[in-house]
Amino acid sequence: MPDRLAVRKTYKLFIGGAFPRSESGRSYVVTDAKGRFAANASQASRKDARDAVVAARKAFPGWSGRTAYNRGQILYRVAEMLEGRRDQFVDELRQAGASKNAAGAEVDAAVDRWVWYAGWADKLSAVAGAANPVSGPFFNFSTPEPTGVVAVVAPDSPLLGLVSVVAPAIVSGNTVVVVASEPAPLPSITLAEVLATSDLPGGVVNVLTGRRAEIAPWLATHMDVNAIDLAGVPDDQVRDLEEKAAENLKRVLRPQDTEWTDEPGTTRMTAFLETKTVWHPVGI
Amino acid sequence: MWLYFLSMHPGKTQVSGFQTGRPARQRPEAGTTAPLRWLSGFVPGAWFGDAWGVSTETLNSAAELRAFLHGLPGVDRVGAEERAARLATRSIKTTAKAAAIDLAISMVDLTTLEGADTPGKVRALCAKAAHPDPADASVPKVAAVCVYPDMVDVAVRSLDGTGIGVASVATAFPSGRAPMEAKLADTRAAVAAGAAEIDMVIDRGAFLAGDYAKVFDEIVAVKDACGDAHLKVILETGELATYDNVRRASWLAMRAGADFIKTSTGKVSPAATLPVTLVMLEAVRDYRAATGRQVGVKPAGGIRTTKDAIKYLVLVNETAGPDWLTPEWFRLGASSVLNDLLMQRRKLATGVYSGPDYFTLD
Amino acid sequence: MVFEYAPAPESRAVVDIRASYGLFVNGEFTEGHGEPFKSVNPADESVLADIARADESDVDRAVRAARTAFDKVWGPMPGRERAKYLYRIARLVQERSRELAVLESIDNGKPIRESRDVDVPLVAAWFFYYAGWADKLGHAGFGPDPKPVGVAGQVIPWNFPLLMLAWKIAPALACGNTVVLKPAETTPLTALLFADICRQAELPPGVVNIVTGAGETGRALVAHEGIDKVAFTGSTEVGRQIARTLAGTGRKLTLELGGKAANIVYEDAALDQAVEGIVNGIFFNQGHVCCAGSRLLVQESVAGEVLERLKARMATLRVGDPLDKNTDIGAINSAAQLARIEELSQAGEREGADRWSPPCELPSQGFWFAPTIFTGVAQSHRIAREEIFGPVLSVLTFRTPDEAVTKANNTPYGLSAGIWTEKGSRILWTAQRLRAGVVWANTFNKFDPASPFGGYKESGFGREGGRHGLEAYLNA
Repeated sequence: MPDRLAVRKTYKLFIGGAFPRSESGRSYVVTDAKGRFAANASQASRKDARDAVVAARKAFPGWSGRTAYNRGQILYRVAEMLEGRRDQFVDELRQAGASKNAAGAEVDAAVDRWVWYAGWADKLSAVAGAANPVSGPFFNFSTPEPTGVVAVVAPDSPLLGLVSVVAPAIVSGNTVVVVASEPAPLPSITLAEVLATSDLPGGVVNVLTGRRAEIAPWLATHMDVNAIDLAGVPDDQVRDLEEKAAENLKRVLRPQDTEWTDEPGTTRMTAFLETKTVWHPVGI
Repeated sequence: MWLYFLSMHPGKTQVSGFQTGRPARQRPEAGTTAPLRWLSGFVPGAWFGDAWGVSTETLNSAAELRAFLHGLPGVDRVGAEERAARLATRSIKTTAKAAAIDLAISMVDLTTLEGADTPGKVRALCAKAAHPDPADASVPKVAAVCVYPDMVDVAVRSLDGTGIGVASVATAFPSGRAPMEAKLADTRAAVAAGAAEIDMVIDRGAFLAGDYAKVFDEIVAVKDACGDAHLKVILETGELATYDNVRRASWLAMRAGADFIKTSTGKVSPAATLPVTLVMLEAVRDYRAATGRQVGVKPAGGIRTTKDAIKYLVLVNETAGPDWLTPEWFRLGASSVLNDLLMQRRKLATGVYSGPDYFTLD
Repeated sequence: MVFEYAPAPESRAVVDIRASYGLFVNGEFTEGHGEPFKSVNPADESVLADIARADESDVDRAVRAARTAFDKVWGPMPGRERAKYLYRIARLVQERSRELAVLESIDNGKPIRESRDVDVPLVAAWFFYYAGWADKLGHAGFGPDPKPVGVAGQVIPWNFPLLMLAWKIAPALACGNTVVLKPAETTPLTALLFADICRQAELPPGVVNIVTGAGETGRALVAHEGIDKVAFTGSTEVGRQIARTLAGTGRKLTLELGGKAANIVYEDAALDQAVEGIVNGIFFNQGHVCCAGSRLLVQESVAGEVLERLKARMATLRVGDPLDKNTDIGAINSAAQLARIEELSQAGEREGADRWSPPCELPSQGFWFAPTIFTGVAQSHRIAREEIFGPVLSVLTFRTPDEAVTKANNTPYGLSAGIWTEKGSRILWTAQRLRAGVVWANTFNKFDPASPFGGYKESGFGREGGRHGLEAYLNA
């Protein structure tokens, strides 16, 4: 018997900056690598997904309307907070089966990844935008803009993979509804706690834990979701989700063979950008 | 909003005098010319005071004129030029071309404005005006002959019995840089010599300096000196730089009493252009809609070919409308265009191309 | 005086329409295995030619020809050589510009002024522009050595038959892809004339293949397993079907779909130019324009005046013979499209909006619709929400800039928008908030090969034009 009984953490959902339980009242058991009980995670329902989309939509104008510099600052602040929670993430990753060294390396990589993306906030326009030399007396420029609400089905790389799909979506001003790794959801809620205590406005990132196969189709069909990242979707479900996403012509980022430790490139950011081109006459 | 501005107030009949410090003079009550006359007395303060229920004490009329002109809708240069260019692609052929050529001839203000003008030169021009093509009596005569004030007398005598009017430039044309007394004397002399139309120049310096009241007052004074002669006000658009200014100057001139607004002296480049004329045609169209008074338009300078002339007619037709498609309301200030019109006319009549040797150089 | 413009018809002598046309596959015109169909002149309903209909086997043949050309010739060819082919094509388009313009107007119904002054010059410009990219792809921002995707299946609409072909083929070829393109059923002729231009340019066989047909042919093409990338311009409904078809296949897809653009006129606009912009926005190409400014949002304080001016301006529009050089509005492209425009216009009347057209005589033969505006339109009316794709403008009003933006964005579409104000900061404020891929401020319906074009939301995804337009045809 330990001298002191540990106070366990209750893992809830993260919606609109708050931590509600699933409206369904359901939870599921998360086990460690050896199959022992680790925690109960909320098992989100379609209504939780609906609420998360509403929260994300509500947050979109404010988040996308901030200056890129401000978004960059806030994301960097998130990285600082991540670093501060290093031990907790290491514990959770070890629980999920990583060795101590591997867990430490993954947390470091995740923090560095977040810092890398934070720096992109005020550089994307320079790389993805343009002043276009049209044949006529017009000034014409193209700027990248966030697509809107992005549903993200996170991969099973519980922290680095998660960070690698969330950060590129929000850095440009999108807001996201993330379906966390089903077997290893705990770091996603800890990440949510980091986000809640940084300066990120509520609703920019919403995290749902539970059954992917149950939640993802609701997000794929949701008419107020503009894009979907299928990173963590098993191959046999991709086609169905893509078909559903076609209903409102969501931008779909298909699952790729991604080694999460590799340099990411800009693809995951540009996948959720729209190019807006503005024309104006030049004359006195 | 601004369009309704003018239509809402009653006609007032005061002359301004606000810039020069002269006391406002009372005009004779309007009578038959009522719809026209009140316009030449722009005293916005008084209007507001009477018609808008605003205290006149707080209003300064020069400032109100300025506010009015600056409140006119802007003109987007690229859009205006695009519209003019598109209208210029109209293809006027066969019967339409024949009608357009005759109409254009009848709208020409045949002009000679040279330091080297002599009575002989003016008489030659007048002969041409009455019978543009001596070989073809069906050719219409031109609208008017336009000369300097000291040549009016010669022109009037030469044109006696032809029904062709004499127009005279005045007010120290083309620069207008002379004392007011000289400009008025210039005008009175031309009128006294028999000019039926006076083409005055505005003070572009004052206009560009924002002294709209000075420009306004000069027009009012010249109009006064014109008596029964019609007043064409030359904006010299080539010096006004922007279409916004062209629109403002057009409204300023109309409100000061202009019977016609005219683009250019012909001594400054660019002279008349299609987009400038488009903006002026929009102004006279809007002014009539607001006040009921119709003002004519005269592009001058740079119109050399039949194609040019027809482009202007299309512009009139599709901007101000058919009401302006008569010599009473639209003129072409030009001289060399006449022979080209005659040459094209003969091509249509005979089916073969003619040559310059078959038309008189005067 | 009344100034009547005499008829000024462009000569048809410059075009030589054959009695029948085959499919252009592997550099040759070949028979199709489907039942041939007829292309009709929408201005008088006369039959222009019999057109071969490609069935699945024909599509397969075309895709295989494109694959072979990609593997053996076009893919391995250095970019600078591809560039020179595209430059050649651009020059040939210029040399045969009158022929292309007249044929386009005959087959499509659009005024010759537009096919001559807009469509065909832009076609040449598109090939010139992308020709220059062919040997500079490593500098385009998609990695140092981006590769072509392979064989592109391209399906284009009837509203800008040749221009949409250029938008599709020029970037595809510049990037090293080969193509199978299906023109619209009602407007195949200029694409087939373009095939002849490819032959004059000595483009290697199989690089460009043109298969004619209707929806069946299009479906066979986009579903073909030998296609690596699909590009479609057309209705949102068909775009949805294509997206479903390609689900799970991993093939690339770009879609340029419908729109219901708001054209916002603020009270301080340059009104005469705004009226021109409204007219150009909705009556250009009979309103058969996906980015047409079909919803006029005018600030209430100037609504009366703008409408008065708009009506006066509309009264000068000349509707009639597409080949007359003075025609502003030509024929509606097809009976089916005319029926749709009529159906939605009737819905507008039933829903209580006020319908107005200038007095205008329409020809008795052919498909015609007078320029029309509806005033008193509410956001809830069908004519404020559905794409009419015809010369029909819905007029709505707003009181504040916020309301304008809210109404403008209140649609599932997001292709284009217009802003009219003389205040620079208001333009930028509004442009920032509009959820649309192309924003025309103090102008409308401008296109340029250097300028990316494409939609937000249900108006599709991907961009055509500019550096951005390369992305769809490259594997980074």
